[in-house]
Amino acid sequence: MIEIEVFDEGVIGELLIKEGTKVPVGTVMAMIKTDGEVAETKKETTPEKIMPKTQPKEEKIIKKPVEEKFEERHIKASPLAKKIAAQNNIDLSQIQGTGENGAITKEDVDNAIVQKEKITKPQEKTPVQLEAIRLAVAAAVSKSNKEIPHYYLEKKIDMTKALAWLREANSKRPIQKRLLPAALIIKATAKSLTDFPNLNAIWDNGLQLKEEINIGFVVSLRGGGVIVPAIRNASLKSVDEIMEALNDIIPRARAMKLRSSDLTDTTISITSLGEGGADIVFGVIYPPQVAIVGFGGSSQQAFVENGMLGIRPIFTATLAGDHRATDGLTGSDFLSSLNNNLQNPDLL
Amino acid sequence: MNEQEIKNIVFQLLKQIAPDTEPETLQPDENIRATLDIDSFDTLQFLVSLNEKMKIEIPEEDYGKITTLKTLVDYILEKIK
Repeated sequence: MIEIEVFDEGVIGELLIKEGTKVPVGTVMAMIKTDGEVAETKKETTPEKIMPKTQPKEEKIIKKPVEEKFEERHIKASPLAKKIAAQNNIDLSQIQGTGENGAITKEDVDNAIVQKEKITKPQEKTPVQLEAIRLAVAAAVSKSNKEIPHYYLEKKIDMTKALAWLREANSKRPIQKRLLPAALIIKATAKSLTDFPNLNAIWDNGLQLKEEINIGFVVSLRGGGVIVPAIRNASLKSVDEIMEALNDIIPRARAMKLRSSDLTDTTISITSLGEGGADIVFGVIYPPQVAIVGFGGSSQQAFVENGMLGIRPIFTATLAGDHRATDGLTGSDFLSSLNNNLQNPDLL
Repeated sequence: MNEQEIKNIVFQLLKQIAPDTEPETLQPDENIRATLDIDSFDTLQFLVSLNEKMKIEIPEEDYGKITTLKTLVDYILEKIK
């Protein structure tokens, strides 16, 4: 579900396409009537009531038949931004707009809400939101299971060096800057993907490689369901920058405050169970991606290296690959590369 | 600041991290993360907010000392002495 902003006051006079229809970017979707035009035709309903709540994914632009005009209060903001600000008691005069001509956008208001929620109690998710997410997850995994011939591989990774590197790094940092293992494994995965471009791709009438490595990180929601925001250009980010990205997207994901741009153009996914829980996770590929990397919970295990038995912290990394796109050998080499990266955290 | 005041702050901060839980029902010796089903990311966020609210430093090697409500409150009491 994507909300589309306009920066003019008015109401939608006519919907030119049927709700739910997919149309190319740039298609005129609706005509907006200005206040004057609405007065002429008698006000029948409010903008909120007739604004379509669900928009086709490809849509981006609503073309407007009228020139822009300024607000009486000299605060330029989209009606959607105003509505959300009012619902969340956000003072628009305190927000610096980043939209057209400094207009306040929904994104600006969302950011203000996030800031406000850092110091106030966050809202709980509603059953309706959770049900919508459940249905979205159901649709995606059903499509995946129906269309994608998965193959699965696993590799145990000794995390002794990686965790020691993290401990050392964190000992020098204030708590706000500390790193979690997730940041390191995302970085290691992104670095390996640069050598395995066939895994950083989508399947759409054939394999289409993607230049940017935009990792979808699976975030579990309290109350059920998952959401997969993107960490963009992960291979170009440092471990610190990836941690900053996690600090940004995870709270917003759990507060249901992600923007549509946070969820698009992912090229591969990572799912990580964190500490405790199951040892291994075999992911379901998120279409049209062609791979998902899984990390089970870390645990102390007997591990043999160079003929010596020791007790080591072990992560089991898995790869679920689309067999139309790659073969097991590619996946196996990828997991070996990932292991190698995590044995050399200084080089990440 | 007494023990109950610290507990109230802990409950408030946990509630911010996990709004759908009831931290007030935590028993003194229950594992906070396991009982409230909080992952490592939320735990870090909680410790950051605790650091900012109480102005106490919590080194990573101390994480293991503050797994229950009782050990956490005792830890904070010691830190703010």
